[in-house]
Amino acid sequence: MDMHFDQHISRQFNEDLESLKTEMLEMGGMVTRQVADAVEALANADSELAEKVLQVEEEIDRCEMDLDEHATLIIAKRQPAASDLRMVMSVIRIARDLERVGDEASKVAKMAIALTDEGTAPRGYTEIRHIANEVRKMLNDALDAYTRFDVKSAMETLARDDQVDMDYRSAVREMITYMMEDPRSISRVMNVLWTLRSLERIGDHAKNICEQVVYLVKGADIRHGNEQNMR
Amino acid sequence: MNTMTLSAGEAIPAETKATKPAAEPPSVKNQAVKRPEEIASTVGSPFCDEAKLRMRNVNVFYGEAQAIHDVSLDIGRNQVVAMIGPSGCGKSTFLRCLNRMNDTIEGCRVEGELSLDGEAIYGPKVDVVPLRARVGMVFQKPNPFPKTIYDNVAYGPKIHGIASRRAELDEIVENSLRRAGLWNEVKDRLDKPGTGLSGGQQQRLCIARAIAVSPEVILMDEPCSALDPIATARIEELIDELRQNYTIAIVTHSMQQAARVSQRTAYFHLGKLVEVNDTETVFTNPEHELTEAYITGRFG
Repeated sequence: MDMHFDQHISRQFNEDLESLKTEMLEMGGMVTRQVADAVEALANADSELAEKVLQVEEEIDRCEMDLDEHATLIIAKRQPAASDLRMVMSVIRIARDLERVGDEASKVAKMAIALTDEGTAPRGYTEIRHIANEVRKMLNDALDAYTRFDVKSAMETLARDDQVDMDYRSAVREMITYMMEDPRSISRVMNVLWTLRSLERIGDHAKNICEQVVYLVKGADIRHGNEQNMR
Repeated sequence: MNTMTLSAGEAIPAETKATKPAAEPPSVKNQAVKRPEEIASTVGSPFCDEAKLRMRNVNVFYGEAQAIHDVSLDIGRNQVVAMIGPSGCGKSTFLRCLNRMNDTIEGCRVEGELSLDGEAIYGPKVDVVPLRARVGMVFQKPNPFPKTIYDNVAYGPKIHGIASRRAELDEIVENSLRRAGLWNEVKDRLDKPGTGLSGGQQQRLCIARAIAVSPEVILMDEPCSALDPIATARIEELIDELRQNYTIAIVTHSMQQAARVSQRTAYFHLGKLVEVNDTETVFTNPEHELTEAYITGRFG
């Protein structure tokens, strides 16, 4: 799908929109790496890597603020309409989702540090790895669908969130069993639970990004289960 | 070589069909739309239930040249319809059909059905003077008469025989100036020439003059293009108030203005009516690629 964002009479406008999109995708790349690093740190008990994740977090917050500012400037200077307006709106919304993914990655990193300090490898790592892989792929595919303005792929990626939610619920049940079996493990398993929860939230944010792809291309707001709004 | 095995009239194999996207809209790249014939019929909703003005299959010619191609559109009662499009797209020509301002242009010919409250505008027995009292007009450049402010507004009611006594005229003048949001600024100098007012005031004077004869429809041809942003904001505010009592058609080059003042927007291109939709739809998610290209500034 070609949205012709490079065909304005004003070349400057083309460049403004292009750089807004590029900036958002760069932020997306950074956040995706954060998620991968956080999970890696947890799996390998690598507290150094976890510390790095916490540092980069600040950079991501700044990215969100920069994107907001640039989007605001485009609105002020160009009064974008139709697909241009939807592009700017979608970038603002996605930037917020990405920032929150960054927050969740930081939470995972903090759990990694806590779990490393405790020294023992608790149960639940398999589940974490599995869900982490799923949501990382979802996030990648969502951003990829945005790059290509690909509604079909966005819809497919969006649908995968249901499976993640199901996996999350079954992992939670399993963790509860562990806690019942061995109450001494409760505090450690709770950390695993928080991590699972963070990863599940990342899946939700990836889903939100997919919804913005549909909004950008089709002009339909399908958030909160309103898929019937698609023409 | 595969085609050789197909006899004439045989169905296209299913897989060939599947790979062809269903009715792909024309891409902006192919937008070198140069001839009106390349634009299919109007998309969106050109018609409405309570039409004040009803136009069907309107064609307008200037001599040999066709300026309007088969335009059908309703303008609803107490509605503001904005007409937008690049220069020379026919929007002003179309607007001028609605009160027969085109009659004064040599060689101009109008075909099709145009009616105001069901009465044919181009009917053989129609007298254009009362028609233009019912369908008033405000032009791009404020054009007050070289008379006093009072007489500018009182002139219409006098010649149309709406009022003759001084007291009646006084009332009409005050009312019209009040509605045009000009009364407080001019009430102490009604005997001064209208041409002495600022551009924005002159334009509001012209609007006061237009509403003094109690029209039903007001046509506005780029009423703010000669005004500064403050005067423009005043006129836009006024348009919204006037909508309570009048039906308004406005031609504008300012997309933001169309978005702000109108309920429906009509996009013209090469003399064709490309799209008519709710203003909200046109500016957030237009149906036609040409509309999208125009309002987002994508024309080469």
